[in-house]
Amino acid sequence: MSRYITRLRMRRSYKWNGKPIGEDRKLKRQYYESMSISVEGKTEDATVSLGQCILIEGDDDDNPFVAQLCKLYSDDSGKKKTAVVQWFVRMCEVPQNKRKLLGRDPHPQEIFFYQDHSCDNEVDGETILGAVQIEYVPAEDSFPEGKSKDILFVKLLWDTKSFRVLDPELMQPPQSPKSPPPPSRGPQTRALPTPEPSVMKRAMSGTLTRSSMSTDKLNSGEAESLHSASKLSAAKALSAKRRSRASSGPHVRKKLDLCSPTKNMSRDDVLGEILDEHTEKTLTSKLNLSPTGRISISIRLTPLNLNEEERVSPLSSHSPEKPKLTAHEKNDATSVFLGDDDPEPLVSTSRTPRKREATPRREGLRGLKARTPSRRKDSAALREPALAALAEEEHEDSPIQTAATPRSKRKSAQLVSSRIRKQLNVLGNKVDLLSDGEDDDDCFIPTKTDLQSSSDEEEEAKIDSEDELIVKKRRGSRTPRSIEKSRFSARTPRKTPIKKTAPATPRTPRTPRHATPSIPSRSAPARKPGNVLEEARTRLHVSSIPESLPCREQEFQDIYNFVESKVIDGTGGCMYISGVPGTGKTATVHEVIRSLQQSAEQDEIPHFHFIEINGMKMTDPHQAYVQILQKLTDQKATPDHAAALLEKRFGAPAPKKETTVLLVDELDLLWTRKQNVMYNLFDWPTRRNARLVVLTIANTMDLPERIMINRVASRLGLTRMSFQPYTFKQLQQIITSRLNRLKAFEEDALQLVSRKVAALSGDARRCLDICRRATEICEHSGSQKNGSGLVGMSHVMEALDEMFSSSYIAAIRCASVQEQLFLRAVIAEFRRLGLEEATFQQVFVQHQALCRVEGLQPVSVSEGLAVCQRLGSCRLLLLEGSRLDLFLRIRLNVSQDDVLYALKAD
Amino acid sequence: MSKRRSAALTEAQRVSLAQTLLRERLCHQKLPDRPVGLDSQYKHLLELLRRTAVHGESNSVLIVGPRGSGKTMLLGCVLRELMSLKEVQKNVLLVELNGLLQTDDKIALKEITRQLHLENVVGDKVFGSFAENLAFLLEALKKGDKSSSRPVLFVLDEFDLFAHHKNQTLLYNLLDVSQSAQTPVAVLGLTCRLDVLELLEKRVKSRFSHRQIHLFSSISFAQYVDVVRAQLSLPPDFPDPKFSEEWNHSVTKLCEEKSVEEILKRHFNASKDFRSLHSLLFLAVSRVSVSRSTLCEADLLEASRLISADSKANVLHGLSILELCLIIAMKHLNDTYDGEPFNFQMVHNEFKKFIQRKSHSIHKFEKPVVMKAFEHLLQLELVRPVDSGVCKVQREYQLMRLMLEHGQVMEALQRYPQCPTDVKQWALSAFG
Repeated sequence: MSRYITRLRMRRSYKWNGKPIGEDRKLKRQYYESMSISVEGKTEDATVSLGQCILIEGDDDDNPFVAQLCKLYSDDSGKKKTAVVQWFVRMCEVPQNKRKLLGRDPHPQEIFFYQDHSCDNEVDGETILGAVQIEYVPAEDSFPEGKSKDILFVKLLWDTKSFRVLDPELMQPPQSPKSPPPPSRGPQTRALPTPEPSVMKRAMSGTLTRSSMSTDKLNSGEAESLHSASKLSAAKALSAKRRSRASSGPHVRKKLDLCSPTKNMSRDDVLGEILDEHTEKTLTSKLNLSPTGRISISIRLTPLNLNEEERVSPLSSHSPEKPKLTAHEKNDATSVFLGDDDPEPLVSTSRTPRKREATPRREGLRGLKARTPSRRKDSAALREPALAALAEEEHEDSPIQTAATPRSKRKSAQLVSSRIRKQLNVLGNKVDLLSDGEDDDDCFIPTKTDLQSSSDEEEEAKIDSEDELIVKKRRGSRTPRSIEKSRFSARTPRKTPIKKTAPATPRTPRTPRHATPSIPSRSAPARKPGNVLEEARTRLHVSSIPESLPCREQEFQDIYNFVESKVIDGTGGCMYISGVPGTGKTATVHEVIRSLQQSAEQDEIPHFHFIEINGMKMTDPHQAYVQILQKLTDQKATPDHAAALLEKRFGAPAPKKETTVLLVDELDLLWTRKQNVMYNLFDWPTRRNARLVVLTIANTMDLPERIMINRVASRLGLTRMSFQPYTFKQLQQIITSRLNRLKAFEEDALQLVSRKVAALSGDARRCLDICRRATEICEHSGSQKNGSGLVGMSHVMEALDEMFSSSYIAAIRCASVQEQLFLRAVIAEFRRLGLEEATFQQVFVQHQALCRVEGLQPVSVSEGLAVCQRLGSCRLLLLEGSRLDLFLRIRLNVSQDDVLYALKAD
Repeated sequence: MSKRRSAALTEAQRVSLAQTLLRERLCHQKLPDRPVGLDSQYKHLLELLRRTAVHGESNSVLIVGPRGSGKTMLLGCVLRELMSLKEVQKNVLLVELNGLLQTDDKIALKEITRQLHLENVVGDKVFGSFAENLAFLLEALKKGDKSSSRPVLFVLDEFDLFAHHKNQTLLYNLLDVSQSAQTPVAVLGLTCRLDVLELLEKRVKSRFSHRQIHLFSSISFAQYVDVVRAQLSLPPDFPDPKFSEEWNHSVTKLCEEKSVEEILKRHFNASKDFRSLHSLLFLAVSRVSVSRSTLCEADLLEASRLISADSKANVLHGLSILELCLIIAMKHLNDTYDGEPFNFQMVHNEFKKFIQRKSHSIHKFEKPVVMKAFEHLLQLELVRPVDSGVCKVQREYQLMRLMLEHGQVMEALQRYPQCPTDVKQWALSAFG
C-alpha cells in the first residue's frame, strides 16, 4: 500500500470551491460545499465535496485515516480550514483484543463505520489527502471481486465494543439536500432483498453522525457525577446490578429491564430477546392470551396484533418474517406503555420523553400510514425494500432535520414502531389498512419520526453496547443470543479465498511465519488443593491475585485519581512510582487499571488503551519502542523505525481515538547513555495531542536525580509516589486477608513472620514465601505427632531459620578435616601477618605445621591446593585467579570469629 | 573339553562383567537407587516438584552444596521418581540449562525454546533475534495458566553463572513467571556457591522464594567405610552368585584391614565427597585382572599413591641434572632473600659458584646452554616471570619466581634416579 506515500511527500495546497453555502455568525464560520486540493506537479486538482469519502493524513503512511466529509468550514480569518468528518476505521485501527469479535478474517480493503462519541470528529482541512471511493456492501453479500485496489468496502459498523451491521442510510451525506447519494450505492441498496429484521434493528440503533450533542453531554456528565460521588462503590454496585440482571432468565430480564429505574431502558435489548424464536412465541401467546401482570400491555396490543396477523398472512412468501415483525411491534408498544405505567420518578432526563402519552407514537404511525398508499403503488410493482424507502424518505426530510433540536428525543418509542410499520408496508402491502381508520388527524408530520430518530438511536446504541458487554461477560453460560446469531449468520459464508485474506495483515510482512507462542497443555487437569494447609498454600502463593489489595488504599486512590483525571480530560502526564521490591507497586497499578477498565466498560469514563512494558523483559532499552508499537498497533519494526512511528503517532495532530496508558516497569533499565528512550517516553505525554499517560516504576526514590539528565528529569515532572516497605501490621493484614478466614495459622506465628520480615525488608513476597514454607513444615511434622493441625511458632521458626540463617557455619562444620585445618591455617597466618590476606604458600606452611600438630600425614601441595580450591568454590575463601598457583592470594569470606566458633563447637 | 573352555571363558567374563558393573557405578553413569545421607533433602525436593507437576504450583529452589556433594545425583533421583508417577508422566516439560554451556541469555533463550519445542523452532534451529525470542517465550509462558498448561521444570546447573548474565534478564523473567499466575514453572538452581543469593540483583532476589536445599554431608568415617563397601560390592543379581559371594567377602575383608583403613581415613580427611572416593576406587578396580580376580590391598595402595601424588614432583623427575641444579640454585636464592624474585643472572652466578667450589661431576656449561635450560623451566612453568607485562627488560634480567615449595624440591631430589651426591649435598647445605 505504498501508493499513498508519494502523495504524502508532495506539497499540497488547499482552496475553497465556490461561495460559502452558509454562515454561522455566532461561531464566525463559513460553510463550504467543496474544497479543491492541488498537488504540486499535477495539472488537475482533486476536489472533495460534502458527502464524499476522503483520506486523512494519519500516523501511518501506508494506511491513512478514512472518513466521510460532513462539513467544511473556515474560521473568521478564512485561513484555517476545518472539516467535520465521520470516521471509518481500518481493521488495524481496531484494538487488537477486539479484532476477534469480527468472527472472520477481514477483507484487505475492508473498513468499518466508526461510531464513538468520544472521538474528535473535527480535523484540520489541510490534512486531507484526497478522495477515495468507498462502497457499501450489504452484510449478507460477499465482497465484490475484481475491483480496483483503491476502492474500500464498508460492511459493518464498529462502535468500540462490537461489530454490527451497518445501515446504508448512515452512509448518506448528512445534510446536503442537493448532493445525491453516491451513485454506486443506490443500485446496491435497491438490489437488497427483503432485509432481515435483525438487520433493520441494528441499523436503527446506529446513527451517530446526527446525534445531538446535548444528550451526549448529558449522559457523560451524569456518568461523571455518578462516578465521582463514590467511585468504587458505585462501580461495584452497578456491576452487581448488571450481574443480577444478567443471571435472570430472558423473561424476567425483560421485566427487569423495563421496570428498573436505570436511565436506560434497554428496549433494544428486549428487541433482541424477542427476536429469539422461542421466547418470542411464548411471549406472543402470553401477551395475546393471558394478560399477565400488566394489563395495559395486553389490552392495547391485542388489536394491533390481530390486525397484523390477519393482514400479513395472505402473503405466503413472507410468512416466516411475520412473527418477528409482530414481535417487534409488540415489544415496542410494551416499552412505551410500560414507561407510562412506571410509577417511579425519573432519574435522568433521557427517560422523560418516554413518559409522554402514547399519542406521539400514534401520530407517527398515522403519518406513516398516510403516506404509504402512494408508495405502495411502486413498491407493489418493484417490491422495493424498506431500506431504499427509508433512504428516499430521508432526503425528503433532510432540510428540516438541520433544525432538529434535542427536544425530539422524547418520542422515543414511535421511531422503532414506525420503521417496522414501514417495513410491514412493504412486506404485507396491506398493513396500511390497519391504520386507515385512525390516522385522520395529523397526517402531515411525517418527518417527525425521523427527526427523533437521531437522539433515540444514539440512546439505543448505548444501551445496546452495554448489553453486549453483559453478553460478552457471560457468553457460554447462557444460550447464545439471537442477535449475535443473526448477525453472524446474516453474513455470507466467506467466499474470498484464503490466500487473498492472508495479505490482509500487511503490517507484519517481515515475519515469515506466524508462530503462535504457547506451551502445550497438560493431559490431566491440575489437582485442586486437598486440605486446609494446601488451600492455604495456594492462597499464599504470590501469584494468586487477591480480591483486594490491603494496605495500599491511599496509593491506590492517588494513582486512580491521577490516571482517571487524565483519561477523562484526554490529556497526558507522567508519574513516577518508587519503592523497594515486593511492596506492591506493580500490583497496585494493575489493580488501578483493572478498576478503571471496569468503569470504562460501563461507560463511566472514556475508553483507554493500556500497555505495559518492563525494562527487565527486553534485551535492550531501545526495544521499548518496538514493544510499545507492537502492543499499540500490532506492527513490527526495528527500534529506529518504531521510534519514528511512535513519534509521529504521539506528535502529529491527527485525531486520536483513545487515551493510552503506558506502564513502564523497571524504569532504571531503560537508561542509555544519551537517555533518549527515557526522554521520549516522558516527552510524548507533553505533546498536545498525544493523550498518553505514562506510569513509571523503579526501586529507588531518587532515580530521577541520580541517573537522569536535567531535561529528562524535568519532563518526568514531580508527580511522584513512593511505596514504603510494609510494616509488620500491614504484612499481617496482607496474610490475613489472603487467608480469608481460613484457619491455618496460629495468631502468634503470623505475628512472628510479619515482624521478622518487616524488620528485615518489608517485602511482602518474602513474607508469603515464609508462610508457605511453614505450612509445608507443618504438614511434614503433622504426620508424626498429632498437633493442633495449625501452623505454629515452631514451624515458622524453622522456616525462618531455613531462609535467613547463614549457611556458612553449617558448611564449615560439615567440611572435611583437611578443609577445617586449612581454614585454621588461614587464620593462623592472618594473625601472624596481621593482614587479612595471605598467599597460598604462606598458608600451606602453616597447614603442614598444623597437620603435624594434629598427628596427620602432611598433604602434598597438589592436595593442599585442591582443598583450597574446594573452599574457594563454596566461597568460604575468596581466591584470586587460579593460575597463580603458589602465590594465590587468599582471603576469608566469613568473619574469623564465625570460623573459630564453627570449629570450636566441633 | 567344551565344558572346561566355557568355564575358563566365564572366569574372564565374570571379572570383566564385575569390572564393567563397578566402573559404571563409579563413573556416575548409573544413578544410585537412593542417595546416601540425603533423605530429608530428597523428600523435600520431591514434594516440591510433585506439587508443581500435580497441582501446578510455581516454585523456585536452589540446591546448594560443595562440589561432588551429589546435587545433580539428588536431582536425577528425584526426577526419576517424579517421572515414574502416573499423573506426572507426559504432563511435565523439562528444560535443562548449564551455566557453562549457556554462557549468555541469548544462547540460553534459544536453548529453552528448542527444548520446549515452541513454534518458532524448525528442526533444531531457532529463528528470530534475541529480542524476538525473549518476547516469544514470555508470551508463550504468559498464555498458559495454572490448571491447564503443562508445568515446566527449568533446571539451571551452575546457577551462579547465570547471575553474571547482563541484567540477569533470564533469571528475572523465569522467577517472575514463577511468582505470577502464568504457566506453572519450577526453577531449580544447582550451585556450589554459598553466597549465591548475594549475586542476585535485588529485584531478582525478591522474586526468588528463598528456598535453599543445602547438601552438607555430615557422615562419619564408619559410614564412609560402609559406602566404600557398598560401592565395591557386587549386587545380588550378579549372574554368577558364587563369584559375587567371593568378591563381596574379599571386599569386606579388605575394608577391615588396617592399611586400607588408613588410606581411606586419609581420603576421608581430605574430602568427604564421593566423587574423589570414586576416582580412588576406580583406579583400584581397574587393576583387577583375570589372574588376580579379587581386589587386594596393594591395588588400593597403588591407587592412593597415584591419586595423592604431587603433580610437580612428577615433572621434576623428568628434568636434566643441569635444570635440577638451576632449581637448587633458585631455592638457595629464595632462602637467602626470603622469597624475593630473582633473575637469570643471579641464578647463573649461584650456579657458577657451585661449579667452581665443589663440583666434580658436573661440566662447566656455557652460558647459552644454561640459558636454554632456564627457558625450559620457564616453559614448564616451574619458574614464572613476576610481571609478564614488562617486556623491555633483557631476558637475563627479567624477574622470576620459583613455583616450587621447599619440600617439593627436596622430595624430588631424594627420588631422582642417580642423582650426584655433591648436588644432593649442595641442596641440603644451608647456604650455597
